Amino acid sequence: MRTATADAETVTGSSGSPQRRALTAPARTALVITVAAILLGLCVLSLAAGSKAVPLDDVYRAVFDRAAARVANPQVDAIVWGVRLPRTICAVLVGSALGLAGALMQGLTRNPLADPGLLGVSAGASFAIVVAVAGLGVSSATGYVWFAFAGAFAAAVAVHLLGSLGHGGATPVKIALAGIALTFLLGSCTSAIVLRHPQALDRFRFWSAGSLTGADPGLLWRMSPFLAAGVLLAIAAGPALNSLALGDDTAIALGRRLGTIRIQAVLAITLLAGTAVAIAGPIVFIGLVVPHVTRMITGPDHRWLLPVTALLAPCLLLFADIVGRVVTRPEEVQAGIVVAFLGGPFFIALVRRQRVAEL
Amino acid sequence: MTSTRTTPIRPGAFRLTTPPISGVLRPRTLAVCVALAAATFAVFCVSLTLGDYPVSLPDVLRALAGSDEPGPAFVVRELRLPRALTGLLVGAAFAVSGAIFQTITRNPLASPDMIGINAGATTAVVGGIVLGTGAGLSSSTLGVLGALATALLIYLLAWRRGASGYRIILIGIGIAWMCTSATDYLLTRAKLHEAQEAFGWLVGSINGRGWETVLPLAVAVGVLLPATLLLTLWSRTLSLGDDVARGLGTPVQRARFGLLIAGVGLVAFATAAAGPVLFVALAAPQVAQRLAGQATPPPVTSALTGAFMVLASDLLARYLIPDADLPVGVVTGALGAAFLLWLLARANRAGTGG
Repeated sequence: MRTATADAETVTGSSGSPQRRALTAPARTALVITVAAILLGLCVLSLAAGSKAVPLDDVYRAVFDRAAARVANPQVDAIVWGVRLPRTICAVLVGSALGLAGALMQGLTRNPLADPGLLGVSAGASFAIVVAVAGLGVSSATGYVWFAFAGAFAAAVAVHLLGSLGHGGATPVKIALAGIALTFLLGSCTSAIVLRHPQALDRFRFWSAGSLTGADPGLLWRMSPFLAAGVLLAIAAGPALNSLALGDDTAIALGRRLGTIRIQAVLAITLLAGTAVAIAGPIVFIGLVVPHVTRMITGPDHRWLLPVTALLAPCLLLFADIVGRVVTRPEEVQAGIVVAFLGGPFFIALVRRQRVAEL
Repeated sequence: MTSTRTTPIRPGAFRLTTPPISGVLRPRTLAVCVALAAATFAVFCVSLTLGDYPVSLPDVLRALAGSDEPGPAFVVRELRLPRALTGLLVGAAFAVSGAIFQTITRNPLASPDMIGINAGATTAVVGGIVLGTGAGLSSSTLGVLGALATALLIYLLAWRRGASGYRIILIGIGIAWMCTSATDYLLTRAKLHEAQEAFGWLVGSINGRGWETVLPLAVAVGVLLPATLLLTLWSRTLSLGDDVARGLGTPVQRARFGLLIAGVGLVAFATAAAGPVLFVALAAPQVAQRLAGQATPPPVTSALTGAFMVLASDLLARYLIPDADLPVGVVTGALGAAFLLWLLARANRAGTGG
């Protein structure tokens, strides 16, 4: 029994990339530290860059010696603490959540094209926002975030229920089809409402571009328990997803309960992607691209794939956000748009190298 | 060894010596086609009776047949016929192009909606509306150019010692994302009334289309549809996979290129006429395939199914909310989703697991 498990893990560690040996433990640790350092560097850059550039030593003083810096330079304090710090934290949280959700979705469906939006969260959130603005007259961003969250959650639950109808439970193919169907249905309803309510269109077009500007500290604080629960569930699902990668039958033979794994993964994806989409809009492309990049570095072992993705995905989002702030100063390009233009060419290059099919 | 005697392996198979044609007559497909054509014609005529000025069904038929009764003839031929014809042709064009894409990529989820050709057309048109450079070019010209440019880009990027169907899908998804983002960006930069105009186009509508819309579309469909039917001789072997097709003597790259050109052309002109009408290209070939009981989406049946879907959706939209001018894309999206869910439930009952 013991050897069987060990064998299975060896196979998982090297399956899918025959030409690439799995990294050794010290190399992996070094990798995690490197990525974390890059993330930290980007965070600092994100505090400094923007329509008004703040020198790095001012940033340092404003963060670590706030009382003195506030008196010396109140403007910098307002920019760093009031605007850029919440925004940076928001980017890190949203990026991690979307990356993890994407890696889980790809592991669960064993499909390299799965993105976190496949469970219908983006469509559900869009629909809820449009209903909130057009039907209930909600007009503040903090007001409709909760609607978006509820919409994303309801859509994901509906997709899972529809996908698990009948014979065989919630198989990946059925979940994907149910997700696409619900996305189309909700998309139609959203269009129908938006076409008749200019007010709703006005809110909707900015939200759907995907932006981090609406981040407010209180909101992030209230959303964090959901994210934390999602992250814990996701990281805990790693070993089980490794077994699942060997096929349903092998996973069962290794003693895994398919139903439990799937429910755990779907719950984690819903929490992570639902919260992230509610805060920042549908930037699900991050969840599609980053796990592929990570897989090229760490190999397909989910115990490493998931944490490294959670560190790498916020790097992409932060970088995109910084670029979006700087490129058309003093105006801004929404992070979601920059992500697509940075991630899109990368994804295409990846496809041309024929590495995506390895999952 | 070659025997000139025909040995029918199944009922309906035939082979002619001059011209050298062989094939299978499928009574079920034929019956389905006739039924669909009849249903489409019925919906077409009923949709011509609807409007502010009531025209009875017999009057519509007489006006179509060429009567010179001034009132109904003008209303039907000048005001309502272009709209109905646009719906008919757009539905057929989207459906056939969906059938082509699904056959050559061997993936039921591949449709021009999914792989970015519509997204390219949309970006071009919305760019024209928002940036105001569309003054010289009409929306439909921009739509055609956008779709063709995107398709060319996808094909070139997917080319690596030949373009495989799978790589076309993946690259298409990447391009679709970038185009959608560009559209989103343009919408956020637009003034609200421009955004409204652009969004109205995004949904896909056949409201208020005149003869100037119908003519280019009719020419495109008239040329590309027969071309597709000729190329279908190859697409049947392509659907067996590249290796098998090559083994059977099909020039795989040339066949795929020809089919792609036809599919993209159809989508480009249809999108230019009506905007990206949601879901028809994805769902119509799948419905047709199931109705006709075949293994791959049959082009003629798909065309009829698509035309029926768009006309029936338009009729439904006008019956349900008479004065709203609901775009047909909203209804096709909702109906299509319902259909997909039904398909899912049916597959569940059959125990095939989706």
